[in-house]
Amino acid sequence: MATFDLATATLRELNAQLHATQSGSNDTAWEVLNPRGAHSVAVGIDAPLHVDVHGSVGYYCGGMNSQGTVTVHGSAGPGVAENMMSGIVHIKGDASQYAGATGRGGLLIIDGNAASRCGISMKGIDIVVRGSVGHMSAFMGQSGNLVVLGDAGEALGDSLYEARLFVRGSVKSLGADCVEKPMRDEHLAILADLLERAGIDDVEPSEFTRYGSARTLYNFNIDNADAY
Amino acid sequence: MCGIVGLFLKDKTLEPQLGAMLSEMLIVMTDRGPDSAGIAIYGSATPGQAKITVQSANPDVDFAGLETALGETLAAPVAVIRKSSHAVITLPLAVLELARAALAELRPAIRVMGRGESVEIYKEVGLPAEVVKRFSVASMSGTHGIGHTRMATESAVTTMGAHPFSTGPDECLVHNGSLSNHNNLRRELKRDGVRFETENDSEVAAAYISNKIAHGMNLGEALESGLSDLDGFFTFVVGTGSGFGVVRDPIACKPAIMAETDRYVAFGSEYRALVNLPGIESARVWEPEPATVYFWEH
Repeated sequence: MATFDLATATLRELNAQLHATQSGSNDTAWEVLNPRGAHSVAVGIDAPLHVDVHGSVGYYCGGMNSQGTVTVHGSAGPGVAENMMSGIVHIKGDASQYAGATGRGGLLIIDGNAASRCGISMKGIDIVVRGSVGHMSAFMGQSGNLVVLGDAGEALGDSLYEARLFVRGSVKSLGADCVEKPMRDEHLAILADLLERAGIDDVEPSEFTRYGSARTLYNFNIDNADAY
Repeated sequence: MCGIVGLFLKDKTLEPQLGAMLSEMLIVMTDRGPDSAGIAIYGSATPGQAKITVQSANPDVDFAGLETALGETLAAPVAVIRKSSHAVITLPLAVLELARAALAELRPAIRVMGRGESVEIYKEVGLPAEVVKRFSVASMSGTHGIGHTRMATESAVTTMGAHPFSTGPDECLVHNGSLSNHNNLRRELKRDGVRFETENDSEVAAAYISNKIAHGMNLGEALESGLSDLDGFFTFVVGTGSGFGVVRDPIACKPAIMAETDRYVAFGSEYRALVNLPGIESARVWEPEPATVYFWEH
């Protein structure tokens, strides 16, 4: 296991070394110390690496991740796992705004709460939040799953396309074109798989409500003008 | 972008370190705004005494003989302590408003940064590290303070366009964001007799709050009212003689993070600003909710 101390080395060196580590290398496990809220920790990984970050990070941690597993033993600032392609980003604390934004694949797990716009414009990423999410989460979500064990803030799923939203707690309000939908067996199966992959075994898929797009905003219709 | 910091001390033993802690927090936020920086520090108030912080582009000329001239005009004991381009004038509280008028007569080029019983405000064009060094902020003690590093979007990069904006006694405000209805609000406030020093949107926010307080609201009510009247993006941190408040607009896209322990309440645009505070590892750290007023008072 390689240890990288951000108190003595630069972030650029860390990310350069992560990028230089090829698939099949023996040095696939990394520990990062003293992040102290630094931005862009462990971004752009493109190999099956395991990176454990001890402390809280700033903006864009784990951004663009492909194949890697990034675990933050602390909280994350805005834009964690932004545009993730595959792999896992696991935040043990809270996440700030737009967690998992535009993510195309992979799994983002947040043990605490996520702030506003969690999963904004998600395009295939799966996001599991043990706590609550803030307002306008999954705004313009296009595909993937957002699972919230706690509550959701205002305008959940505003202008949603095809992403599936599962919320166990209350939803303050639904955004334009987002509606409650029946939970069919296929959805229970998707949810059970996501919970298992996120290491959550103390809640049942049946405790969740599913939300999705009413699909009335796909084409411009003058009758919907108020909803745009 | 802009970077904001704030620190409200509960533990008196930390007071001698306020300036140093706040300086460090602000310097970390430098890359959020390189245009100008400023800091407001609430020191100890002496009953019956007031302070005016003034700034001059020609301090050698404007501050020369000011103590004597102002003392004679006001017929009151006046002390002037110069710090670089700024000076702090100490004088009896009873003549505070008279002194502002007298200053305008005696030294028309002087700009008032702030006034009140305990606040001192230092702001200049430049990076936080330069600004806090120039005014020896690290050596200042106090009960609470706020700081700002600016990336100018709505008005010119000048000393007067730097934050904090102080528009009422012991009141000041720092802003990250931009307001879209500041011109209209400025017109309305002008009709109500408010005077403006700049074209800056943040000054309008500060003046709006001062104006509401002058009309009888408390700070909490003024901030609540601002949520409906101020249109645009904002995270505001405000200081008063005894209090410290935070509010974000309903969209809340401007970043904010807070921490509270038994010893202090701290605010930063980013977590990085808070990492050197004592006991931050075990502090309650959270992101303030949109359209929600937070306020602490001594």
